[in-house]
Amino acid sequence: MISKRIIPCLDVTNGRVVKGVNFQDIHDLADPVELARYYYETGADELVFYDITASYEGRKLFTDLLRRVAAQIFIPLTVGGGINSLHDFDTVLKSGADKVSINSGAIKDPSLISAAAKRYGSQCVVLSMDVKRVNGEFRVFANGGRIDTGLDAREWAKRGEDLGAGEIVLNSIDTDGVRQGFDLPLLCAIGEIVSVPLIASGGAGKMADFWELFQYDRVDAGLAASVFHTKQIDIGELKKYLRERGVNVRL
Amino acid sequence: MIAVVDYGVGNLFSLLSSLRFLGSACLVTKQKEDLVRAERIILPGVGAFGDAMDKLNDAGLTDTIRELAQVKPLLGICLGMQLLFERSFEHGEHEGLGLIPGSVEPLAADLEQPLKVPHMGWNRLTIVRDDPIFKYFTDGDWVYYVHSYYAKNCAGNTLGVSDYGVTVTGLVRSASGLIYGMQFHPEKSGRAGLGLLKAFSEI
Repeated sequence: MISKRIIPCLDVTNGRVVKGVNFQDIHDLADPVELARYYYETGADELVFYDITASYEGRKLFTDLLRRVAAQIFIPLTVGGGINSLHDFDTVLKSGADKVSINSGAIKDPSLISAAAKRYGSQCVVLSMDVKRVNGEFRVFANGGRIDTGLDAREWAKRGEDLGAGEIVLNSIDTDGVRQGFDLPLLCAIGEIVSVPLIASGGAGKMADFWELFQYDRVDAGLAASVFHTKQIDIGELKKYLRERGVNVRL
Repeated sequence: MIAVVDYGVGNLFSLLSSLRFLGSACLVTKQKEDLVRAERIILPGVGAFGDAMDKLNDAGLTDTIRELAQVKPLLGICLGMQLLFERSFEHGEHEGLGLIPGSVEPLAADLEQPLKVPHMGWNRLTIVRDDPIFKYFTDGDWVYYVHSYYAKNCAGNTLGVSDYGVTVTGLVRSASGLIYGMQFHPEKSGRAGLGLLKAFSEI
């Protein structure tokens, strides 16, 4: 059967990984290619790269590094950040991405989901959602979690699936950076109304958080950044830990 | 030299990267003479079966591939593997290359559990018949799949399978021993996948 996936996420600006990188045994700590290779070798099932640059030069550096990563790392690569058009899809897919993650771009123009699914297939289109509780509701936020769109997360997830998104990344703003575990109430709320694979993001602090996450069968993958970058959790050890506790992971 | 058939179906970036990484000389081509000259041929593909066969026909390569597959190693990957069979029932009925007996049918029709289509992600490949293609592969290694249709009625040619509620045909070989098909993406399957590509380059 299909394994549960462990996915490190690399935020990149001007060709460098930002966000808490603190390795001791890698030569160039913030070099995305080195870091990606390290994750590939320690057993990551997939890598996510977010381009958080705004400038044209930054974009160019990003696609260049994507090409370098894809030339030596042979697991699926998902790319997101500033994807607003089919042209953006085209650019990153031609640079070696397998899947493209859309967030604010899809909120601005939901038809981007269906247009991309039609052209590249649903398996290529990942809807990424930043969600936060507002007055007891799960609300979708845009622009890196800065703008409350007023959209209900459940309705948006369902709509995204209906439009053709092949996978949903649920990033909980409430648990992000807190390191007290994933946002299971949010995952359950979305998991019961969509059937596409769900990727949980935000809140991983220790190995047991991943075990707890995978007790909810609807979750297909756990995504994290700083706990992996700081080596607080080693992916190889995490997967062994999960396997010993009965979770189906690739070793 | 490995010729990778370019007939306008799918993205070849990862496949070419993996072949280069293995040190294999490769050429992306739609020219018949390149295929004739090549030591071995890879037929990639992503998308719909009927559309892909149309494109192969339009490129004038269907008969060339059928003929060359009798004399040199051919590897079909993902949709390229499905094209090796006699026919597919993806959106109607379409004739394939007919190089391996069997048909390609929708996964959804055979799944009893509420499993998702496409069958997408890492799954174990179980070896059902040993073969030189497994020279660098260990039984049960994980491979990466993305597909909604699968090959059936081809047990006699099946070398490896994966479990997804139904038995998914993962790796096939023709009776001649020259033609291989992989439903999963070896170029996305980490070291295990690279090992299969390496073994193919030595067949």
